[in-house]
Amino acid sequence: MSDETLKLTPLHAAHLEAGARMVPFAGYSMPVQYKDGVLKEHLWTRESAGLFDVSHMGQARLRGVSPLSAFEEVTPGDFIGLKPGKQRYSVLLNKKGGIIDDLMAGRPDDDGLFVVVNGACKENDFKVIDDELAGQVRIDRLEDRALMALQGPKAAEVLAIHAPDAAKLAFMETAAIPAFGVDAIISRSGYTGEDGYEISVPGEAALRIWNTLLADERVRPIGLGARDSLRLEAGLPLYGHDLDETVSPIEAGLGFAVSKKRRDARDFPGASRIAAELAGEVARKAVGLKVEGAPAREGAEIADAEGKVVGVVTSGGFAPSLGYPIALGFVPPSLAAAGTELKVIVRGRAQAAQVVATPFVPHRYVRKV
Amino acid sequence: MRFTKDHEWVALDGDVATIGITAYAAEQLGDVVFVETPEVGKTVSAGEGLAVVESVKAASDVYAPLSGEVVEANAVLADAPETVNQAPEAGGWFAKVKIADPSAYEALMDRAAYDAFLESL
Repeated sequence: MSDETLKLTPLHAAHLEAGARMVPFAGYSMPVQYKDGVLKEHLWTRESAGLFDVSHMGQARLRGVSPLSAFEEVTPGDFIGLKPGKQRYSVLLNKKGGIIDDLMAGRPDDDGLFVVVNGACKENDFKVIDDELAGQVRIDRLEDRALMALQGPKAAEVLAIHAPDAAKLAFMETAAIPAFGVDAIISRSGYTGEDGYEISVPGEAALRIWNTLLADERVRPIGLGARDSLRLEAGLPLYGHDLDETVSPIEAGLGFAVSKKRRDARDFPGASRIAAELAGEVARKAVGLKVEGAPAREGAEIADAEGKVVGVVTSGGFAPSLGYPIALGFVPPSLAAAGTELKVIVRGRAQAAQVVATPFVPHRYVRKV
Repeated sequence: MRFTKDHEWVALDGDVATIGITAYAAEQLGDVVFVETPEVGKTVSAGEGLAVVESVKAASDVYAPLSGEVVEANAVLADAPETVNQAPEAGGWFAKVKIADPSAYEALMDRAAYDAFLESL
């Protein structure tokens, strides 16, 4: 895709001014890193607060007579039981129980369901929802809104200056909060493993709000490069890499997204496969690997102790907070236990890799306020 | 010192060429977190992979600017890959190669030509 056809976020000018290196991502021109570089940006987010432009992601309101119950037809989550002010992580499933996309869906107010999906998947996601739920919900895409994430141990004290009510939110709570002189939708969530917020604001106010947050010396802009290494350390899967239409939530280790009520009811797409997997018939399982030597990246083969290829790395790289390479990948269930010694094949050579529990770096979510 | 369009540098001492990547290349790569250097005794042809340098994000090949036999690899990089960022055109060298044809060295870009090449990017 040539640069001319790339879409720009409302924060594009700020990225250029900050000296960001821009790359095509999900059809947008996005900052992969700023002047500090991936390593320093990563570590800054873990020790202070990082500000991310994630305006490429798809924001929408699902409205209708009963959007919550309708949304259960395309996901395995308990949305009928979703209380106002709460948000859930969920997955859009195909008929075979494969993941079309992963997403956040919440009730910041009484105005239907507020949904955020991956940028690269959004056109297809909204088409699938529209096709499956035609006549039940109306999808109002919020393309005039920007989305930024403020992540890190100092995110809460910074945001409290501008949006005191945001401090009252616990992890996975969401609210429509007047802040920065606009109607913001703020949730205490993110994709770094740190405490922090995702902040949806009108696009025309985004640049001013971005600059206001960056004026605080505790906050620095963070690019997609560090966003990727942060989420990898947090053991969070990335769609298009660790998740795709063949992968079920059980294989991916996302069983928590299949609610108890829905497991019993078996009333979601691909329920028979997922029920069988829950009963033990699972072909592969996502695992975390601690890698010795060179980083094992996406596509690297995983072998057992005897050298037989048993799986594949779905994302991997150097973990800046740990100082060694880590990876996520699929292996047979018999080799998925923590402590299992495996190999990864990097440039034709077998390197030692050990199955470890994820997250690699402990989550620091604030679950109670 | 001589340079390639792939941003390697070569310094020749007798028939032994020390090879690394330029300051420009190191800056473009960002923080180097791992370097795979070649084994001593390996024969390399010009344009062939000599080493692999890894940043947080990606792995990049370093190509041999000249043909020859690897006589030494930079052992410092195993424990201190960041040397490539700190001193790309000095202590951050990757390998020393005994070259077969010293005249090939003269055919590479000199500093002025490389600087002009960078300007054109």
